[in-house]
Amino acid sequence: MAAEKTRSRAWARLLLTAVPVLLCLFLLQRLVVPKYADTLPEGALIGAYYREEKDHDLIFLGDCEVYENFSPKVLWEEYGINSYIRGSAQQLIWQSYYLLEDTLRYETPDAVVFNVLAMQYDEPQREAYNRMTLEGMRWSPAKVRSILASMTEEEHFLDYVFPLLRYHSRWSELGVEDLQYMFRSKSVSHNGFTMRVEARPAENVPQGRVLPDYCFGDRAWAYLEKLTALCREKGIQLVLVKAPSLYPYWYPQWEEQIEAYAREQGLLYINFLELTEETGLDYATDTYDAGLHLNLPGAEKISRWLGRTLQEQLSLEDRRGEEALARRWVEKIAAYEAERDTQYAALAAA
Amino acid sequence: MLFTSYEFLGFLLLLFPLYYLCPARHQWKLLLAGSILFYFSAGPSCLLYMLGVTAAVYLAAVRIGDLAREQEELLKAGGAETDREARRACKAAYRKRQKRVLLAALLLSLGILAAAKYVNFLIGNINSLVRAFGGQRQLGFWDLALPMGISFYTFQAIGYLIDVYRGVVPPERNFFKFALFVSFFPQLVQGPISRFRALSQGLYAGHRFDAAVFSRGLQRMLWGFFKKLVLADRMLVAVNAIVRDSGRYTGAYVLAGMLFYALELYADFTGGIDITIGVSEALGIRVRENFLRPYFSKSIKEYWRRWHISMGAWFTDYVFYPVSVSRPMLRLSRFARSHLGQALGRRLPVYLSSFAVWLATGVWHGASWNFVAWGLANWAVLMASQELEPLYRRFHRRFAVRERSWFKGFQVVRTVLLMSALRLFDCYRDVPATFRMFGSLLTARNWAVLLDGSLLNLGLSPLDFGILAAGLALLLAVSLIQRRGSVRDRIAAWPYPLRALLWFGLFLVVLFMGFYGIGYDKSQFIYNQF
Repeated sequence: MAAEKTRSRAWARLLLTAVPVLLCLFLLQRLVVPKYADTLPEGALIGAYYREEKDHDLIFLGDCEVYENFSPKVLWEEYGINSYIRGSAQQLIWQSYYLLEDTLRYETPDAVVFNVLAMQYDEPQREAYNRMTLEGMRWSPAKVRSILASMTEEEHFLDYVFPLLRYHSRWSELGVEDLQYMFRSKSVSHNGFTMRVEARPAENVPQGRVLPDYCFGDRAWAYLEKLTALCREKGIQLVLVKAPSLYPYWYPQWEEQIEAYAREQGLLYINFLELTEETGLDYATDTYDAGLHLNLPGAEKISRWLGRTLQEQLSLEDRRGEEALARRWVEKIAAYEAERDTQYAALAAA
Repeated sequence: MLFTSYEFLGFLLLLFPLYYLCPARHQWKLLLAGSILFYFSAGPSCLLYMLGVTAAVYLAAVRIGDLAREQEELLKAGGAETDREARRACKAAYRKRQKRVLLAALLLSLGILAAAKYVNFLIGNINSLVRAFGGQRQLGFWDLALPMGISFYTFQAIGYLIDVYRGVVPPERNFFKFALFVSFFPQLVQGPISRFRALSQGLYAGHRFDAAVFSRGLQRMLWGFFKKLVLADRMLVAVNAIVRDSGRYTGAYVLAGMLFYALELYADFTGGIDITIGVSEALGIRVRENFLRPYFSKSIKEYWRRWHISMGAWFTDYVFYPVSVSRPMLRLSRFARSHLGQALGRRLPVYLSSFAVWLATGVWHGASWNFVAWGLANWAVLMASQELEPLYRRFHRRFAVRERSWFKGFQVVRTVLLMSALRLFDCYRDVPATFRMFGSLLTARNWAVLLDGSLLNLGLSPLDFGILAAGLALLLAVSLIQRRGSVRDRIAAWPYPLRALLWFGLFLVVLFMGFYGIGYDKSQFIYNQF
């Protein structure tokens, strides 16, 4: 009897200790993980998807060449295409692939646009970029596989499961943002698109340095094939694009390989670098960082061209007549225009 | 599998519940399996070395035991009729056979150690000699990875074998049980070097889960992690900055580096031992203490009784005594007494035996000349201190300061400075560089850097220095309290919420202020390399 009493007291004590300890650790973890709100907002792009209504016609996959160069608002406003960009900084091809797997858990779009610049990487690159892509993903087998495929040598899977272990040393650099967004996220994009309105003409764009080998790596090819196969299996039309960024340099040898692949697989491939005239892009006014990324007018120009092409070639439905969806877009467009106006005002004041 | 790796923590998370769910009589088997897995993670070839040493020592010990039994039976069979002379002859004959077995096993075990650890050192020196004499031919280095903890387990196994030979312990006849003694994972990589008599009982006995004992083990581990991750690895940044750019950091920086290294080494090694003892305690197994607040020592001699105790005791028992009472040494002693006088004649064997011990200690620490120099420097300081003993006595007869606290403080500081200075051989790992750095202490004349904020450019922020200062103050406070008994016992008497808060607080300190993860050097424990 006494022993039983002691045992139940021990269990009660353990429980009474474990609950506050775990709660405390949870709160501390929330506190120290980066919030990607005002600093490095790119890190919040992937996670924002889960707050969306998921009935998109088109999903973009890729890196900054996607989330800074294509405007879903234009695609909706002018063609009735409901699109979303699942892109983040230096998003590797396998990350794009697993993001598509993740997307397919919620919806099956009619088309996927994949930016082929990611083909240049065959190995995991930088932990910081991995984090920005992977942390935003909800836990699923796709996320686990994406982490395992992306980790650099110094990374550890456990650090993704318990980010506190990764960010433990951030305690000395915590700011107001960390408290402010401890339990909520800041909206940093417009269906995955981030806008910049300033203009910096592209001058003296450096030529690409000579590479020892221009062939894309086996791993990159394998994931492109997987991406193609997955789209085919799900009845999704895959479109390959090369965004019109002048740098990083897009080599003719790379272009040849992608063209050949698209031809072989019967895929639509659009290289915007060769469509300057058609899209009306002007590198003197349409880029905000001298040719690396497009600014808002630039992004809207090529989105307009892309929308028309997709509608013509893929027969994507114009959904502007859907009331509920149109209502959602009214709000989105208002937010888009508000940010645009704020940025222009700030630019004028500067 | 580093003690500070996630893998190790995962390994423990798996092992602890399995161990206590396992029937008591099988627990040791689980420990053996766990130890093999632990060691296997360092590389399969490492396991081969250990298997070689274990098998050699096991077979030799069993043979020595068999010979002892045979001799006993023979003498018993002869009964009272056997005369004294015949008994003595029989004993001598068996002793000789036992000695042969002992020597063969020692040669084999030490040969494995030498092949793994010292062969390239030897080749390097031969090549240097050949070059010095104008020769062209150079020997190729062996492509060997140093097996983790090889010096520790080899010495532990040899200690056991000598104890069996001396009749101190009976031979363990179960190979697997003996293998567990050699491979017990918590102490495999950095000691302490345990004695069979002290460790085996705890290893082979069954242990029931006791929450109090288990949590004490975890507390000890946590304290070890604090020392290693919060203090040692933080100081390592400054030490590395100073040592790796020795052309720039001279003079006062050397002094700073010397003290940082002394503290880093202490926090690193004692932290590792705390984890070892803590893990063992959580398994219900007692492992001997290896440190007794060494930086409170008032002399070098005392320091070496309190630092790496198990190694010091090992060298005393298995090198110093056998060498000092060996036949050649006794002969030399007799010769010295008759030719050099009583005083020197009495001291000569002690000096030579100590020389052998310190040479071996230096070589044990690593296959390079800096460790040899470090060992011999320790020997020289110890011998000088012994020679100066009459002078000290005269001083203390004249000035009654021995019991004054300021004088004790002076002795402690002197010892710490002296030991830290000797550690520079270990720190720079290069004998000429160490002497140059010693020299720069006198010539650089840059003492201002100690106060003008230059130390903040060694890779540590002011916050890091603050954490170090607070951590070292805590270390000092704990050491002072320990002089009056166990700190954990005192804390255990506190009300539960208070002590839970304290341990959780320490856990958070390690979690948030520890140097681990990306961006930090994954530094292994310094003694893992020995």
